[in-house]
Amino acid sequence: MAVVDKVEGETGEEAGLRQPLETAVVRFAGDSGDGVQLTGSLFTLSTALAHHDLATFPDFPAEIRAPAGTTYGVSAFQIHFGGREIRTIGDRPDVLVALNPAALKVNLGDLRPGTVVILDVGSFTERNLRKAGFTEDPREDGSLDPFRVVALDISGLTRRAVADTGLTSREQLRCKNFFALGLVFWMFDRELGPVIEWTRQKFGRKPALCEANIAALKAGHALGETAELPQLPAFQVPPASIAPGLYRAVTGSEALAFGLLDGARKAGLQLTFCSYPITPASPLLHVLARLRGYGVTTFQAEDEIAAVCAAIGASYAGALGVTSSSGPGISLKSEAIGLAVMTELPLVIVNTQRAGPSTGMPTKTEQSDLLQALYGRNGDAPIVVLAAASPADCFTMAREAVRIAVGHMTPVMLLSDGFLANAAEPWKIPDLDTLPAFPVRFRTDPEGFAPYARDERLVRPWVRPGTPGLQHRIGGLEKQHETGEVSYDPENHQRMTDLRWNKVLAVAEDIPEQTLEQGDPGDRVCVVGWGSTYGPISRAVTTRRRRGEKVAHLHLRHLWPLPRNLGRLLSGFEKILVPEMNKGQLVHLLRSQYLVPAMGLSKVSGRPFAVAELEQALDRLSEERP
Amino acid sequence: MNAPARALKPKDYASDQEVRWCAGCGDYAVLKAVERVLAEIGADPAGTVFVSGIGCAARFPYYVATYGFHGIHGRAPAIATGVKLANPELDVWVIGGDGDMLSIGATHLAHTLRRNPDLTLLLFNNEVYGLTKGQLSPTAPPGSRTPTSPLGSVESPLSACRFALAAGARFVARGIDTQKDLTGILRAAHDHPGTGFVEILQNCIVYNDGAFAAITERATAAEHQIHPVHGEPLLFGAARDKGLRLAADGSGLEVIEIGADGAGLEEVIRFDRTNLALATMLASLEPPLPVAIGVLYDNPAPVSYERALRAQEEAERARIGEADLGAMLRQGPVWMVTA
Ligand code: SF4
Repeated sequence: MAVVDKVEGETGEEAGLRQPLETAVVRFAGDSGDGVQLTGSLFTLSTALAHHDLATFPDFPAEIRAPAGTTYGVSAFQIHFGGREIRTIGDRPDVLVALNPAALKVNLGDLRPGTVVILDVGSFTERNLRKAGFTEDPREDGSLDPFRVVALDISGLTRRAVADTGLTSREQLRCKNFFALGLVFWMFDRELGPVIEWTRQKFGRKPALCEANIAALKAGHALGETAELPQLPAFQVPPASIAPGLYRAVTGSEALAFGLLDGARKAGLQLTFCSYPITPASPLLHVLARLRGYGVTTFQAEDEIAAVCAAIGASYAGALGVTSSSGPGISLKSEAIGLAVMTELPLVIVNTQRAGPSTGMPTKTEQSDLLQALYGRNGDAPIVVLAAASPADCFTMAREAVRIAVGHMTPVMLLSDGFLANAAEPWKIPDLDTLPAFPVRFRTDPEGFAPYARDERLVRPWVRPGTPGLQHRIGGLEKQHETGEVSYDPENHQRMTDLRWNKVLAVAEDIPEQTLEQGDPGDRVCVVGWGSTYGPISRAVTTRRRRGEKVAHLHLRHLWPLPRNLGRLLSGFEKILVPEMNKGQLVHLLRSQYLVPAMGLSKVSGRPFAVAELEQALDRLSEERP
Repeated sequence: MNAPARALKPKDYASDQEVRWCAGCGDYAVLKAVERVLAEIGADPAGTVFVSGIGCAARFPYYVATYGFHGIHGRAPAIATGVKLANPELDVWVIGGDGDMLSIGATHLAHTLRRNPDLTLLLFNNEVYGLTKGQLSPTAPPGSRTPTSPLGSVESPLSACRFALAAGARFVARGIDTQKDLTGILRAAHDHPGTGFVEILQNCIVYNDGAFAAITERATAAEHQIHPVHGEPLLFGAARDKGLRLAADGSGLEVIEIGADGAGLEEVIRFDRTNLALATMLASLEPPLPVAIGVLYDNPAPVSYERALRAQEEAERARIGEADLGAMLRQGPVWMVTA
């Protein structure tokens, strides 16, 4: 097979000829039984220890136990790392490790000429090729010609390496991910020590398997070092300058859970988290269910409606009620969110958005529930809407959601998405004691009490049932504006509708003014993003600015109410581009709010924006220059 | 909870709100019975919460001088569960009708009963939709003519008590709005340390007047009702000369006349309130058989749902000791970056 070799000279570190790379994207792919996710997390750990910045994304198969060897059973893990700040998971892999033909098949379309493709040809049997949907062996029909193929019998080499460990032949084969990992470690000049130590901890109770994995890892590494495979490159990636401190990797789901917990503690409340399983929101419930010793009660309700209603009941009783779901479940919760609007209780609703209407594509990402978050309820039922920009930002925004909900007695919807929920990045573990607290003061004084009397920010008092002398009744019927008693008076309804609206708008006084992530108010173009498009927009804008283009990046975390200076800020730009993973929801909001000539850029393929796609859009904008 | 300074009377539990049910509605009698129970148990108004859904019955919380939450249609059991999760000390009552709890909210009723939080749950069954003006209810008998079934219903009705038993309720009772001993039944439901479920046959004078007349007619009530007493034979009739025994074919209960046909008292089943099979048979009795009124099943679980959750959380806290959230974040794979 033909091999395009970009590397000049020899390979091998002895010669000191590791090819320098500022950043690299590696994708591990294999059958769901091949241990790809474990491989990915070990490589992540090693990457972090090598002081690179990084971002990762797991790509689980949609089917739970898809037949082995099929394309829909392929599991993948992508990591982007390097010597500069890493903001995306990388558009395309520089190195693909394909542990079976199906893994090659599903990833072929993402490769660019010169990509290093490491194949376990031991799995390239006729049967497996057929199962993967290849009519001809791709190694022989020229379809791999543009790539730099490293064809190795990883299966056979692994078996040989672990022959003495007493494992069955089947068990031996399950170590092949460690062999591949060892090989990739050599390519990127990694230490084996920490991962060996971690493996001993993790597999300590199965000594034979543990030693076999370590033997496979070492064998893979040794192969890179000694075999002098001409097509196997060795890379040199510089360390990034990273702020000193203690780090861990977090997914968005984990960071969100930690943020809710810290937020509840800083409010002085027990967290009552009520949810119902749904992809991709369930991991949040999983994480919190394991942390019940840290001040959270978790409740797996019988359905989405019960989940939100229990959260409302919990808030009514003086805890912090939080519910979580994805789009279809949020639809079911809509009526109850209206009840929380009417009863003016704190409630945090997390929407981990997924692709499409109805059931859509549950495992794919999208950000198409913004308008639902803003308007998707009967009646005029305003709530606060926030969005997290990155996995680690989920921590900050979860705390922010709690702060606003308890401070303003309002439901707050926090938007995440399938990408943020599963993607991971390094997170400098904060000193929680230094983060601001926002303790709740429950009303206890019966003197002059009225349930719907308001302070200057239009916020009503929160009373814990059990408080003597403050018994009162609230509910979903329209309320008399102070007593909270049922009222059908027309003027009162106008007044209450205005009050609810203005109360949420008043939150704008309690959030930071909008700033630019990059660029200046005088720039020509402003790229406005929200949610998980942060990474690709940020990288695209940085690249452009390095070339001297006057492009700014503005990223919204507060989507309702919008920051009070946003209109002013936007009016200074000649062009406004709003890339979104939907058909143009934020652009719709900005145009209607500020009458600015914002233009949308829509992508709804279930995948995040590639940096290249954003750069192309910016190119088109420049061409439009008069 | 602060104990009230002086013993409160039933009327002290009435709120200052004007009661808006139709004159002659059975709900009034239930409200009075609940007020009597609250006085009897010395309920602290500040420590008591009434939660409801939507419907005529669901207006109940407005009329009681405790804390109250008027929710949305069908969801009261879920809201009440959340209240108990947040504060197990509160005494929580849940009020709803047959449409509320057996139609739109049947799921929540079933799952609340099986989880068994410590609630008192009253289902006002009037076999009709009152608030929305007379439509067909899930408990209405076949043939019911309503605005939505003008040709007569062809549906099978749901039995509230059998539904509750099947869902795993640990306390199931049936009462009648105007019944003298409704207070006793409500009290038993309240004292049960889990979900106390009571179906109350409630007359809707406007849309379904007399729905239970065959059972409640004073002159014949003794013949048409049976009031099981724990440990006693299942007897009924004005002269207590009729009893229930297991039919020879095992299909259910049948009536025998004591003394007639040589049948003796020893053939009559003794009621055991912890016997689920017997409770199910009793709950199934329909005219012309006597309808069972009173506590049909009372078999407390060792611990209520919210207490079991709290116990787990306390055990977890003990296990992790002093560890706080900040310490937890530093566990697992972490790495130090130095300057
Ligand atoms: S409609 Fe029927 S149930 Fe409703 S208040 Fe009137 S009488 Fe009572």
